[in-house]
Amino acid sequence: MSSLQSNVLENHTPTGREEAWRFTPLKRLGGMHDGSATAVERNSLAVKGTLPTGVTFSHQEIEAVTQTDDVIVNRVRQFTTKGAVLSIAPNAEIAEPIMLNRSSFGTDSAEFSRVLIKAGSHSKSVVVIENTGDTHLAEDLEIVVEPGAHLTLIALQEWGSKTIHAARHHAIVDRDATFKSIVVTVGGDVVRLLPTVDFIAPGASCDLSGVYFATAGQFFEHRMFVDHKVPNAKSRVNYKGALAGDKAHTVWIGDVFIRAAAEGTDTYELNRNLLLSDGARADSVPNLEIETGEIVGAGHASTTGRFDDEQLFYLMSRGINMDDARRLVVRGFFNEIVSEIGIEEIQERIMARIDGELAKAGK
Amino acid sequence: MSTLEIRGLKVSVETEQGAVEILKGVDLTIKSGETHAIMGPNGSGKSTLAYSIAGHPKYTITEGTVTLDGEDVLEMSVDERAKAGLFLAMQYPVEVPGVSVSNFLRTAATALRGEAPKLREWVGEVKSAMESLKMDPSFAQRNVNEGFSGGEKKRHEIMQLELLKPKFAILDETDSGLDVDALRIVSEGVVRAKEANNHGILLITHYTRILKYIKPDFVHVFANGRIVEEGGPELADKLEAQGYAEYVTA
Repeated sequence: MSSLQSNVLENHTPTGREEAWRFTPLKRLGGMHDGSATAVERNSLAVKGTLPTGVTFSHQEIEAVTQTDDVIVNRVRQFTTKGAVLSIAPNAEIAEPIMLNRSSFGTDSAEFSRVLIKAGSHSKSVVVIENTGDTHLAEDLEIVVEPGAHLTLIALQEWGSKTIHAARHHAIVDRDATFKSIVVTVGGDVVRLLPTVDFIAPGASCDLSGVYFATAGQFFEHRMFVDHKVPNAKSRVNYKGALAGDKAHTVWIGDVFIRAAAEGTDTYELNRNLLLSDGARADSVPNLEIETGEIVGAGHASTTGRFDDEQLFYLMSRGINMDDARRLVVRGFFNEIVSEIGIEEIQERIMARIDGELAKAGK
Repeated sequence: MSTLEIRGLKVSVETEQGAVEILKGVDLTIKSGETHAIMGPNGSGKSTLAYSIAGHPKYTITEGTVTLDGEDVLEMSVDERAKAGLFLAMQYPVEVPGVSVSNFLRTAATALRGEAPKLREWVGEVKSAMESLKMDPSFAQRNVNEGFSGGEKKRHEIMQLELLKPKFAILDETDSGLDVDALRIVSEGVVRAKEANNHGILLITHYTRILKYIKPDFVHVFANGRIVEEGGPELADKLEAQGYAEYVTA
């Protein structure tokens, strides 16, 4: 049907030859992909603070909302029928962000975890998931955004240096609903996230944003797929990454599929990478497949560049030293997306972490 | 009293055809409170002089010296030159996405003054500089030079001149791209800053119209990488009447 082969995630132990796995260092996945990991059910996802009225959270039997070919997600589903369910009641407008976090349990075994986030029709909410510490985590996260709902999901990967994290964040977005996702990946050894969106009724929209900063030896992969199969849906993708240090490696794949029925589609995706030193590698692959010409717009852009000498010269000519000038430029680069988080304390914490990554990278 | 002294300055740039010499021996001395206009045709090397003094990495100094009160400027990094008291108002200031004017100015003032300016006084300083240059207060929240009109960029440069209080200001074609009103506002800013700080000015321009507002004490005609004629303000009047033809063909 589609020649967009990069989205066919083979349902067998990947060898690395598959399009979906060709960038991923399989040997560093802690056996989560081939069944050799010691899987455990930890239910580490928990509410931080108190839940506002109109929101419930429980660990319970869970049913998958969608099928997937992703081998890690299928192993998670075979392992357990239980998971965490976060529900936002229909029509609820939740002013404060709903805070969830994961505590870490070390790296001897791997947590296999299922999560369902359900935004009731016409509800409005912001959900934050804070991921910190060292762990191995295989995560099947499904998101249902009911008609007219607005959901913002902020997923923060502030992991320690030993973490291996493989996750699929799959959102099903219904009529006139809006799903906004902000992914921040600034820690971990290997992080592989699949933010995917399925529009199931007209008027749906999504905005997938992300930032990542990989330093020496880190591998961060973000692989989107937006499936436009209904008319008049809108998608925006904007990911920005920085890399510094030997063998820092990031992968960004942006797959957008506009099916024949998806007239009136409006889509644009953008990935920008800042290479801060030699020896780092940024792969950036936008894929757009279009089966109908009756669309509003479809485009993509991908850039990978180094520090702009003219920017550094301008700042330094005002007395700002090289380190501070670089810090300003990097903060400025990420600011467009980090400022979208809208929670001052988290924005400052992420920027401080980015400063730290930059300082660690040296010159 | 400070002195900026340029002696026998030769500068080249790397091109695909190898190094090309642009400045072919420039001598110039500027003292505090003096305004020197450097006038010349396009491509004569005026901007190269400005950027070489500021330390742009594109230019290689092959011979000569630049000193500020006896200190070797050419040995200094770009930020050290600014700390020593040099300021370059650029012809084409670059955009710095995601960095607000307010954050940029405060970071620069902190670097140059050696400590963060006291918040209340600083807010007042910025406000008054912006008001006198007829800039909207929302300007401070915009990203540095991003989406600025030509006039806004020049106002922003001169606002920095007023706030950063250098010993010597090099104004590289500050008049280019300005309409009559903007030229007057920007020029008044330059004059106001000079009255407040008594810095020396090296004013680089192609046209004489800015000299109606910023009166030069000395005029230097620049052609083919060197100063070819020097005089007082009357030299500008001669250029206004006759143009650069005589120097270009010479």
